[in-house]
Amino acid sequence: MTESERKIRVLVAKPGLDGHDRGAKVVARALRDAGFEVIYTGLRQTPEQVAEAALQEDVDVIGLSILSGAHMRLFPEIMKLLKEKGIDDVLVIAGGIIPEEDIKPLKKMGIKAIFGPGTPTTEIVEYIRKKIR
Amino acid sequence: MTIDTNQLVKELLKGNRRAAARLMTLAESMSPEAHAAIKQLYPHTGSAHIIGVTGPPGSGKSTLVDKIIKEYRDQGKTVGVVAVDPSSPFTGGALLGDRIRMSRFSTDPGVFIRSMGSRGSLGGLAWATYDIVHILDALGKDIIIVETVGAGQAEVNIIQIAETIVLLSIPGLGDDIQTIKAGVMEIGDIFAINKADLDGADRRYAELEMALGLDRTSDGWEHPIIKVIATTGEGVEELVKAIQQHHEYLVTSGKIKQNQERRFCAQLETIVEHSFMRKLFVDPEERKLFQKLVQEVCERKTDPYTAAERLILQLIQPQDT
Repeated sequence: MTESERKIRVLVAKPGLDGHDRGAKVVARALRDAGFEVIYTGLRQTPEQVAEAALQEDVDVIGLSILSGAHMRLFPEIMKLLKEKGIDDVLVIAGGIIPEEDIKPLKKMGIKAIFGPGTPTTEIVEYIRKKIR
Repeated sequence: MTIDTNQLVKELLKGNRRAAARLMTLAESMSPEAHAAIKQLYPHTGSAHIIGVTGPPGSGKSTLVDKIIKEYRDQGKTVGVVAVDPSSPFTGGALLGDRIRMSRFSTDPGVFIRSMGSRGSLGGLAWATYDIVHILDALGKDIIIVETVGAGQAEVNIIQIAETIVLLSIPGLGDDIQTIKAGVMEIGDIFAINKADLDGADRRYAELEMALGLDRTSDGWEHPIIKVIATTGEGVEELVKAIQQHHEYLVTSGKIKQNQERRFCAQLETIVEHSFMRKLFVDPEERKLFQKLVQEVCERKTDPYTAAERLILQLIQPQDT
């Protein structure tokens, strides 16, 4: 298929129980403006819902946004389910409130990049472009 | 990366959702592999009832679709959903937010939901929507619901895909003149008024009744008007009953054949048109000729009609330029 017709599809997901989706929406909007197709799942998604949405939408990227502090419990679950579903070629990135000491173990489990508060959205866009093309 | 479409089709026919999702991505990129796959799976399609849901932005289409899925799931039927949202004419990007309203079915193996950007197509759908419907059909879904982008007055392409069309309206959108205008008002098989708890719902009902009154049963189908509240599910049982009655009516009256002719005629036209356009804009040689002709028209050496005739001739009987 020709390059021009390949669209980068990104799932922006909010796992966990916090209701703060302003960040997720800002990022979703920025990715939209970068020419990506962004599928937003809405709030309070279970790991199973996130993994299944990624499967059905056949996305290239999953962006997880979390502010509840439950990332060390939910992210491994999502990574496990993706693997079980045979989704091994998707780029998983995360953002939200994630303490410094958690970044290393999260990267170890396959989350490729973590973008904390204050990250310019252009940085996320550039990162995705570099990794997906 | 080479893609084994044969394998994907085989997996799809076994019910593999990941294979289905992969084929949908190929279809969206209009790749030759996707067309090869559709050729293979086409004999396995044709058993689903295809329902279109259309209406203005914010009228509650996705929320209503969620409730319609629920009704069919309670009946034990499997459901596929294609939800189209608009792509940016500037960047090509899109924010696809229809899943949000249906997320309770994300993990239901009997439901498959796919979001699409319209990718430059006008008319309320995307070019590849037909193919995605075929894929869901081959996946074995009993019911396929196609949700259009928010439709105003002229986005009527849903008639090229759906057998039964639910046209959603809400109170407070203009007066009775709007209901007798041509376009989207003519395509509904079933009229639903959402947010029926708001002021103006009765008036909307009366306006629709008036507008439809003139030829409401002209084709033997009495277009029902149903008040619903999609957020609570009120009226949805009645709506789904009407959808099923419409399907029965199509089958028993033989109208289903006309319906199919209408749909496949439009699909074939679209495919042919696209193959031509694709050749014109993707093939570098043809592209060169195209640009040369644009220049000639600019310089008044020729006119647009003569230029178009030369392009078409070139596509049919290629010769050196």
